[in-house]
Amino acid sequence: MTDPAETRHGPGRILILVYGIFALAATARAGFQIATQFSDAPIAYLLSAVAAVIYCAATFALARATKVSRRVATTAIVIELVGVIAIGAFSYAVPDDFPDATVWSHFGQGYGFVPVVLPVLGLLWLRRTR
Amino acid sequence: MFEPLTWALVALSLAAMVYAIVLAALDKRINWTLLGVLGVIEVGLLAQLVIGIVQLAGTSRDVSGPFFVGYLIGSLIVLPLGALWALAESSRWGAGALAVACLVIPVLELRLHEIWTA
Repeated sequence: MTDPAETRHGPGRILILVYGIFALAATARAGFQIATQFSDAPIAYLLSAVAAVIYCAATFALARATKVSRRVATTAIVIELVGVIAIGAFSYAVPDDFPDATVWSHFGQGYGFVPVVLPVLGLLWLRRTR
Repeated sequence: MFEPLTWALVALSLAAMVYAIVLAALDKRINWTLLGVLGVIEVGLLAQLVIGIVQLAGTSRDVSGPFFVGYLIGSLIVLPLGALWALAESSRWGAGALAVACLVIPVLELRLHEIWTA
């Protein structure tokens, strides 16, 4: 059993930074969409908000790096992975239901596909520092 | 948009990123040279914010104002937060993390350019 604080050191430093950037970007984007054009695409924008919450939770939980927060991080990242795969697949299958992009549309294409890679790296890192 | 500043910021950020990667590869921590370059970039970003808002106010282009200003403000936050985060790490991974933060600036500048010319 390694020290749970290991989670925020080493390569975890980069991982958490990337999570933080996505937390910022997703929160700003969702806030803007919901404040100004919510009625255009309520489902997509609500999903944007969910993504923002997940990224924030994952960032703080990974950075806190306690035993409990690691569990929170794992949960958040699993939801993130399911979300990005589900929304990604759905946005290709039924494009009409996604008139405007969320972070997770098309597996995060608008963000260089980082959104689909990030949860995988996150879970691997949590496993590695277990 | 004042293009020379945009491209200067892109070039300088990429140079800072390469330097940060070299530091990480050499197992070094981030140093004052790197932080100094980031400071210069930050001043440039601040100028970009002012120029951007002034030009936005005077343009007849169809630019999405909130997005444009959002990216301008967002670009100011990245390096200071990244530097603080990197300074708290005593291994090479601090420099590695800062390299990633440096890469965010060109991405944001290109998005800004896109939004402006759309």
